[in-house]
Amino acid sequence: MSEKRVLIVGGGLAGLAAAMRACELGLDVDIFSMVHVKRSHSVCAQGGINGAVNTKGEGDSPYIHFVDTIKGGDFLADQPPVLSMCEAAPSVINMMDRLGVTFNRTPEGLLDFRRFGGTLHHRTAFAGASTGQQLLYGLDEQVRRWEAQGKVRKFENWEFTRIILDKDGKAAGIVAQDLTTMEFRSFPGVAVVLATGGPGLMFGKTTNSTINYGSATAAAYKQGVWYGNPEMVQIHPTGIPGSDKLRLISESARGEGGRVWVPRKKNETRPWNEIPTEDRYYFLEERYPLYGNLVPRDIATREIAQICTKEGLGVGGRNAVYLDLTHRSEEYLLKKLGAILDIYEKFRGVDPKKVPMEIYPAYHYSMGGLYAGYEADSTGRLLKDSPLNQMTNIPGVYAVGEADHQYHGANRLGANSLMSCIFAGLVTGESVVALAKNSKSSEVPSSLLESEQKLEEEKYKKLLAQDGPENPFVIHKELGEAMSAFCLIERKNDELKQLQGMIDSFEARLKKASSLDKSGSGNMSAVFLRQLDGMITMSKAVVDAALLRDECRGAHYKPDFENEAPSKETPIDDPAWTAYYEKFLAQTQTWLKTTVAKYDPNQSRPTIDFKPVDTRHLSPEPRDYTGVGKKAWKKFMDNRQASEAKA
Amino acid sequence: MSKTVEIRIKRQDSPNAPAYWTEFSIPYEEGMNVISLLQSIRRDPRDKSGKTVAPVTWESSCLEEVCGACTMVINGKVRQACTALVDKLEQPISLEPMNKFPVERDLRVNRQRIFDNLKKINGWVEVDGYHDLGPGPRQNPADQTTTYKYSECMSCGCCMDVCPQFTLDNAFVGAAVLGQARLFNMHPTGKMQMPARLDKVTQEGGIQDCGLAQQCVKACPKHIPLVEAIGQLQRDITLSQVFGALKK
Ligand SMILES: Cc1cc2nc3c(=O)[nH]c(=O)nc-3n(C[C@H](O)[C@H](O)[C@H](O)COP(=O)(O)OP(=O)(O)OC[C@H]3O[C@@H](n4cnc5c(N)ncnc54)[C@H](O)[C@@H]3O)c2cc1C
Ligand code: SF4
Ligand code: SF4
Ligand code: FES
Repeated sequence: MSEKRVLIVGGGLAGLAAAMRACELGLDVDIFSMVHVKRSHSVCAQGGINGAVNTKGEGDSPYIHFVDTIKGGDFLADQPPVLSMCEAAPSVINMMDRLGVTFNRTPEGLLDFRRFGGTLHHRTAFAGASTGQQLLYGLDEQVRRWEAQGKVRKFENWEFTRIILDKDGKAAGIVAQDLTTMEFRSFPGVAVVLATGGPGLMFGKTTNSTINYGSATAAAYKQGVWYGNPEMVQIHPTGIPGSDKLRLISESARGEGGRVWVPRKKNETRPWNEIPTEDRYYFLEERYPLYGNLVPRDIATREIAQICTKEGLGVGGRNAVYLDLTHRSEEYLLKKLGAILDIYEKFRGVDPKKVPMEIYPAYHYSMGGLYAGYEADSTGRLLKDSPLNQMTNIPGVYAVGEADHQYHGANRLGANSLMSCIFAGLVTGESVVALAKNSKSSEVPSSLLESEQKLEEEKYKKLLAQDGPENPFVIHKELGEAMSAFCLIERKNDELKQLQGMIDSFEARLKKASSLDKSGSGNMSAVFLRQLDGMITMSKAVVDAALLRDECRGAHYKPDFENEAPSKETPIDDPAWTAYYEKFLAQTQTWLKTTVAKYDPNQSRPTIDFKPVDTRHLSPEPRDYTGVGKKAWKKFMDNRQASEAKA
Repeated sequence: MSKTVEIRIKRQDSPNAPAYWTEFSIPYEEGMNVISLLQSIRRDPRDKSGKTVAPVTWESSCLEEVCGACTMVINGKVRQACTALVDKLEQPISLEPMNKFPVERDLRVNRQRIFDNLKKINGWVEVDGYHDLGPGPRQNPADQTTTYKYSECMSCGCCMDVCPQFTLDNAFVGAAVLGQARLFNMHPTGKMQMPARLDKVTQEGGIQDCGLAQQCVKACPKHIPLVEAIGQLQRDITLSQVFGALKK
């Protein structure tokens, strides 16, 4: 079946995993990427990859990993794919090890695992502090092996701009642009896989790479691919403020014992090393005794923002708190965290082994993404080899990796993304092969290929000719600042409405922007007009969805709709618990739904629907990282069941 | 007058066009690096004299010195732009594209050759398949410390840009690629496939082209022990040739 090609857009972990699996199963693959695939955003991941291999005698299991993931995501993820992922995770890590990834080892020569946020187990495999880079290289090498055998063609420095749909509305190919010669070309294929990563740059300065425009997502969305849970974006609690981007200190810094604190006194003037322990406020440890510094990201983020902006305890009055590793030996830190501590020193000029780092939350990751479907078997797992796994609402178009909406619900656990990318990549490889079996060759009428290419060429010509007074890079900066100010850590409906107006004005200004560069070679500015248009389009989906969801769930935090849990000192028979749980159940009824944004070419705003979430394995319960609510919840549910039984 | 940063950039409009220099004067901000300078230029693309020019083209991705994309020659030294802090650079800051790779536009070059060369040396571990075959071979943690170093190579090309034996138009694979051959030879499974890899390493453009000038090690931002790798590869090749001869 070698005349059938699958087109994989994106050469990060997800795209490369899909490619190598599809090759192994007999398909030929074309890979497209805006940069050499080895330079994809996945290299940035530092901390590690999750899988319950359970080599530490802690009784960890894939099912516990599943429970942690679902709870971490505030129950918003459909459960069958997540269960399958957690069950496959140990074998995925083993496979990556066999591919030569230089994972850290125990003295016995086994894979070493560390602790990450949102779990009580050592479940995170890591390769120094550049795990994403190492995993990406492992896959890149395998894909190169297939490339050497002629099974893979790579189109690097190419940007995908359009899906080609046949007369039945099925994927038949793509149009892409060479970013050096600026030429467009059509490519026929039996399936189109969008493994194009997250759309972070709509938030301006973030922890994301400079290519994370989400331009592919926007193009597909405008052609009718649904977008799931746009409002669910994750903020990383420990970002390092920077002039070009916000770098990240991985959660592993906390996993390896890093402690977050601020001076207990407002306006403290003593330098950090003269502040005695009793005057240091280890606020995460005090407020969350069970998880301490390793509470999930959204909680850590809000606590840090709160400490600085509401309680006024930020270091030096700034938006910054200490992340302190100085109590660990230098040797230990070098071995476990060398690469990430390097980054801090390189960019801040201070040695974090000697001086606590200063950090503040930063936009980091999108749980939302192109709406990917699945087919479950009778046990509630992914049906093996179903062509529907990871397929979007458009037949033959797949979404995978950070570009999909599937695995992380309303909040992603640290080190779960790399796993979801590779796992779902492998699944997608299997899906496209299953699809290809039942489809004819990738012959597409040449007239269709030509007309679609022409369409894109014409659009680009118009962009190139744009000559207004506005500078698109300035508009982007303002978009990012607005999104970060009004739609990130805390969301308020009046502010979101204001933001909608601002986005409309950015859109109007974009029409009056200049391409700045008329050159036909390596023109970054003209293509940026298209990329910015994509960011504006997607930001509308994010803001509109955020506006609609009147509740707090995972990373989506709307203080005006918070169902606040009684304090942990409240006795468990206090009626406050009952009231809290009643409200929780009502909220679940209304809001435990996947947001589905659909592009509407006839109006400026998206249409938003809600779909039920598949919670067949685990019923929603309030998240509780303090350990106190557990008993109260059990009591509440027991009472409820008893009264239901009576009735 | 507010503080500025003075920059000179060597530009080229297309692959075959002549190169020329443009000077820029950019408002200073705390914590700037070369990437934020370039970003600042494109938000207000005027040269020092105030004339509007096309924004500069360059490559970047991670901004954390792990992807290798933003490599360029800064004040005469080939390095990553994202870790080049303005406060630590002498002004005017001069930016030029890499020397040993064809220029596509301004500071962007074509480094496809590095990836093609990785193909030539069997730069991978040959596994039986991607299905579940249980845990991989056990490995000594001390070995991991060594291999990890090599696996940090981000194909940036610094080591090639400074190598006297690596030119725009010859076939030499370059130090990084030899380093990767060494990496795969160290992996328990990769080791089994060493003979084929060594054979590839000695073909045209292979290890014999290295003159042991040792410039590569000094230029590598990841401090990869490239000369050690080349030395070990040579010893492995000699050994396999001796054994090969004995077998015959
Ligand atoms: C600093 C940082 C640290 C992280 N650490 C961790 C961690 O420790 N553990 C964890 O699990 N996760 C971590 N993450 C998250 C994780 O790295 C990403 O979610 C994941 O790598 C995404 O992989 P991907 O394959 O989906 O996409 P990416 O790696 O982003 O790749 C996207 C690909 O699509 C291509 N592309 C995009 N648009 C187009 C287009 N229009 N045309 C052609 N090609 C296109 C790009 O060129 C690229 O090849 C971290 C993220 C960041 C930012
Ligand atoms: S040792 Fe010298 S000749 Fe050999 S690769 Fe390094 S720089 Fe080039
Ligand atoms: S060996 Fe070092 S200098 Fe050479 S490509 Fe790799 S990282 Fe860059
Ligand atoms: S942008 Fe990745 S190394 Fe500089």
